[in-house]
Formats: sequence, C-alpha cells, structure tokens
Amino acid sequence: MDAKAGKMEFGAKAHVALNDPKLRANFRRAMDGLMTKRAAQFSDQEEWEALRARGAGVRARALAQLPQLLERLEANCTANGIQVHWAETTAEANAIVLGILEAAGARRVIKGKSMVTEEMHLNAYLEANGIAAVESDLGEYIIQLAGEAPSHIVMPCIHKNKVEIAELFADKIEGQVYTENVDELTAAARAALRGSFAGADAGISGVNFAVAETGTLVLIENEGNGRLSTTLPPLHIAVTGIEKVLEKLEDVPPLLSLLPRSATGQPITTYVNMISSPRKPGEKDGPNAVHLVLLDNGRSRVHADPELGDTLRCIRCAACMNHCPVYTRVGGHTYTFTYPGPIGKLLTPQLEGLDCAGDQPHASTLCKACAEVCPVQIPIPDLLVRLRTEAVRPGAAAAVKGGGSSASVSESLGWAGWRLLYASPLVYRIGTRLLGWFGNLMPASAPMLKQWTSVRAKPKFAPKSLHELAREKGFCDE
Amino acid sequence: MNSPRERILNRLKAAPRRVLPERPDWTPPVYDKAGRKAKFKSMLEASHADVHEVTRADWPERLKTILANKGVGTMLFAPTSDAGRQLAEGWAGQGPALIAYDRGIEEMKEVLVHKADAALTTARGGIAQTGSLVLWPSVDEPRLMSLLPPIHVALVEEDSLTDTLAATIRAQAWETGMPTNAVLVSGPSKTADIEQTLAYGVHGPKELIVLLIGSESK
Repeated sequence: MDAKAGKMEFGAKAHVALNDPKLRANFRRAMDGLMTKRAAQFSDQEEWEALRARGAGVRARALAQLPQLLERLEANCTANGIQVHWAETTAEANAIVLGILEAAGARRVIKGKSMVTEEMHLNAYLEANGIAAVESDLGEYIIQLAGEAPSHIVMPCIHKNKVEIAELFADKIEGQVYTENVDELTAAARAALRGSFAGADAGISGVNFAVAETGTLVLIENEGNGRLSTTLPPLHIAVTGIEKVLEKLEDVPPLLSLLPRSATGQPITTYVNMISSPRKPGEKDGPNAVHLVLLDNGRSRVHADPELGDTLRCIRCAACMNHCPVYTRVGGHTYTFTYPGPIGKLLTPQLEGLDCAGDQPHASTLCKACAEVCPVQIPIPDLLVRLRTEAVRPGAAAAVKGGGSSASVSESLGWAGWRLLYASPLVYRIGTRLLGWFGNLMPASAPMLKQWTSVRAKPKFAPKSLHELAREKGFCDE
Repeated sequence: MNSPRERILNRLKAAPRRVLPERPDWTPPVYDKAGRKAKFKSMLEASHADVHEVTRADWPERLKTILANKGVGTMLFAPTSDAGRQLAEGWAGQGPALIAYDRGIEEMKEVLVHKADAALTTARGGIAQTGSLVLWPSVDEPRLMSLLPPIHVALVEEDSLTDTLAATIRAQAWETGMPTNAVLVSGPSKTADIEQTLAYGVHGPKELIVLLIGSESK
C-alpha cells in the first residue's frame, strides 16, 4: 500500500469494519483475552508503577543521548564483526538489503517477524527483484499465504479465526487436508516451513533492543523461528529503527519484564535471543556474516520535537491497541498503514506526514486507556491532541511533516467569527437572537450538519438564549 | 556529499538537548535458597517444561530412562563438553543412539533438521523469577542443538541458579564479554497465533526436559 492510496480513508474503512460481525467477534475475543492476561501480570500496583517508571526512564535516557549511543552501537557491533548500514528512507533500506543479498548470491530468504520490514514493504520489493522471502512466524506465515498485511503488531493474524485459517491452509499448502484442530494446523506450518529454513540462503529479522554498550542485538519470541532465521542460514540481516537502541545491558531486564507481560501476559517470552557477533572460528553453526541496517524514515524528525519525541520510547508491546475502544472495534486494517491502534495513529502521521494520515489522530476518544497501560509512559492522548493542533496550525516551519495541511480558510473564518461573537456582548446578543430566529431553518442535510444528523436528531435552537431567560428570572449579569 | 549516516546523525545532534534522566529506582525480587529453586521449578513447569531433580552421578541413567519411555531413537550430544563425555561414558546399551555434533552445520544440517529426535545441552545458569535457562552456546555446544530437534534436554546445576536476569547480568558482569549468542529459554517452543490457542513445538522443540542437579549431590 503506498502512502497516497491510504490517504485519509480511516472513516470510510471504519464504517465497513464496524458492520462486519465476524471481524468484530474475532477482535473482541482476542482483545478480551489479552487484557485479562495482562491484568493478571500487573496485579501488584506498586511493582507495576516502579517497573514502568524504570522502563520509561531507561528509554528516555537512551533517547536523550540517541546519536552518541548509535555511534557507540556501531563501533561495538563493528568491533564484534557485525556490519552496520544506515538508511534514511525505506527505499534506501530496501536497496541495502537487496545489495547484501545479491553480493552473497542469496535467492531464498527466511524471515523472522519484523514490523520495520513491514514498514519497508520489503517482501514485495525483494519479490520484484527475484528473491523469495518466506515469513516464518506462524501469524506472519498465515497472512503471507492470504496475501494480507498484519492487523496487529504482536499477533499479525488476529483478525482471522481458525475456520478461515483451516480453509486457507487446505487451499494453499500442498497435501493439506482441512482441519480446524489448532495443533494440527501448527504442525502443518512447522512441516511446511522446515524446508524453507533448511534451504534459505539468508535470514532477515527485526530487533527488539540494540545494546550500545556491548553491540548486542536482543530479539524476543515464542516460536523459535526468530532463532532459526538468525542461526541456520549462512547470512543474517537484522533491520531496526534507529530508536531501538539502549545504553547498557542492565537496561534490558526491566524492559524485558515489561514487554511480554504487557503484550501477551507472559512473564517472559520462550526465547530471548542475544546476538553479538557472526560465527567465530571453531564454532560449528551460526551465520558467517551478520549485518545491521539502521533505518531512520522520519524518526530523526520526530526526535527533534521535545514533546513528540516521546513517541520513540515505544517498545512495540501493543498494549495500547489491545485496550483501545476504537482499535478493538475497527481492527488493524482500518488504519491502512503498518502500525495500527493508538501508537499507530501517533507514529504514522509523524512518519508519513499529516497531509497523508492526518485523519488518524482524530480516530481517538482520548479516553486515556492507552496511556494507562503504556509500559514506558508515553502520553499518547496528549500527543494526539498536539498532532491535531499541528495539522491545522498554519506556518512555514512545520514541527511535524505535513503540518498545517488541514488548515482551511472556512475553519479560520469560523473561528474568527466565534472570537468576534464572544468578545463583544452586543454582537453576541444580536448573533444568538439571529440564530434563534433563523438557525432552525437550516436543513438537516447542510454540509457538516449532515454527518451529525445521519444518526442523531437535529439540535434545535431555543427561541430565547440562556442569558435572556436568566435576565427574565431577575439574575443580574454584572 | 554527506552519507545517510552523517545526515541522520547530524539531524539527531541538531535536536534540542534533553536532560539526561537518572534511572528511577527499581528493585527486582530476591529469593532465599529454597525459594529460588521452588520458583525456578514452578515457573518452568507452568511453561510446560518437565523438571527432574537428579544428582551429578545419576543423571545419565535417569535421562536414559526418561528418553526410553518416550521412545526416543536418536539424541544429539556435544562430544567435547564435560557433560557430553560423562554421557557417552556410560551410555552403551539400550538408550537412544547418540549422534555427536562434531562437524559444521553445513555437514550436519540434514541430521539436525530432519533426523535427531532429541539433543542434550548444558545451561550456564537458571533464573528463578521467570523460570529461564541461560544458554551460552560455545565451540563445544553449538547454537542449533537447543533449537532444531523436537526434544531439548538441558542440564542445569542448582548452585548456578540466580534470582533475576538483572542480578545475573550484574553478578557475572555480562557487559565485559558477550558470547556470539546467548539465549534465555523458558519452556518449549510455542505459539498462540491461531485464536490465542496455545500450541507447542511450532518451530523449536515441542518438549523441554530440564535435569536439575541438586546442590547436595556433590
């Protein structure tokens, strides 16, 4: 999906999603389960508050020295034998990955789950260049078979139920008979992917935390596909956003305690994979070459704003979307872009531009459920309000990409009129009197009013204003 | 012409300076000796692992019985590790056939991906809070042993158990030298990607068998 195609279509897509009972049932069931499991993990309020304060502090500390830590990460990775690459845009990152693969003569790629590679649309790019990339995370594998994008950043195929998956497998996997048994479906994927792992020339993965102190890439997962993708093929390429860096190894444990507990309600993921170098002489397995691609794609611009920069603290646990009254009803695909839910509507407009995704910050009730569960204390609702302001603030030096793009003459005129009305008692009196007389003549189908009246009764202007009524009752307005 | 690297770093460096926040206080849990072992066991078992308490002398015999009961045909082992040598010494007889991981993956791939039913590795330690094994693969004990065969057997000493990952990193000064790959393992491979229904052994081992060598057994 290119940016322009997805421009400002949240409202229309939300309507479709809201009227899809199967989709809504799939999300409701999944979100209820995830919320309950998370709540069980953080039943000790004191422990939760201390831990998330530490998590937020550790992330804020890393971001406060981001350029220095990236240089340190690069130096330590390089010393360890990991080759580091920098990409300003997703196009550059794609070209770097392709270049590495072509130099190694790699044609078949096995992939661990990575949202940054989704952001890059890497699979489509590689395919267009004659390289087959197979997703190995079960959820990602399922949506790749279906030709879809992830609808959740932790559980990519959460929008599908087992009947849909059973049909998909029977249709797409050779020799697979229809079964709704989850163990059998899982076994089918294991069998189908074993060959892809064994035959892969390269593995591509994301990164959860990149530790500057030691040049270590930390990847967490439950399935083992991430470890396989980063261990079995002779070449490993890790791709990450530049914000994922941590200062020290001791910063990993608090975040490692927050992330899986917030995401899926597990005390820890089955595997925590810490990679610090390619295969050393004498070692019998592991890739001979490890590359790290650091992607900016607008993050350095986000970082430049002291307030919005907090967006980059995110550790991608998805707790915000699991608890969001909007996301749980419309699902991830409604957001069009890679990152859905509260973090998506905060991050996407900043990366893609408010002119392109400016409707997203409005897809929120500002109920603050996301801020309440965020393990790194990102004030998401406050920042969404800030984005709404930036979208209509006219001015040349926009703080956010595409800032001011929603500024409109009619809206400015409207507010100017409002200011005039409220600044002068005489104008206010005349204005409300006129509205009382003529306002009710406005048809329900008038622009702007139409959206309101499509599901509600048209509001009626009272013949007398509150001021007038109060005065008649003898109130004095001095 | 600047490189992307310089342009990214220049933009980041041009951002307004932020105060460098201190790390807020946070104290991970602490256990006594008995509590540590109990927590380690219960957390692992909650994650669907089998934990067997063994002694330094009897674990190969115990393992032979466990594997025989499961009908395991072949087991991968590390011939040059201490545990591997001890295993091989008394293994003759009915147990599963032992396969040595003694060549590079390029030659061993077929065996690892399709043939070995189980593999034995040691764990450098265990973390009580989360029920995690600390694997520190080496020249003797390669990375894929704990990953490709359907059953992973891990040997861990009670004396090597620690309270938390934070305490382990600090006490052992991990920052002074990380291996090529270090892994925390907290159960068999699993997924809940289909309707949040747990299924085991999706890509890694279906079963994790932990042999816990008691500290009194020295």
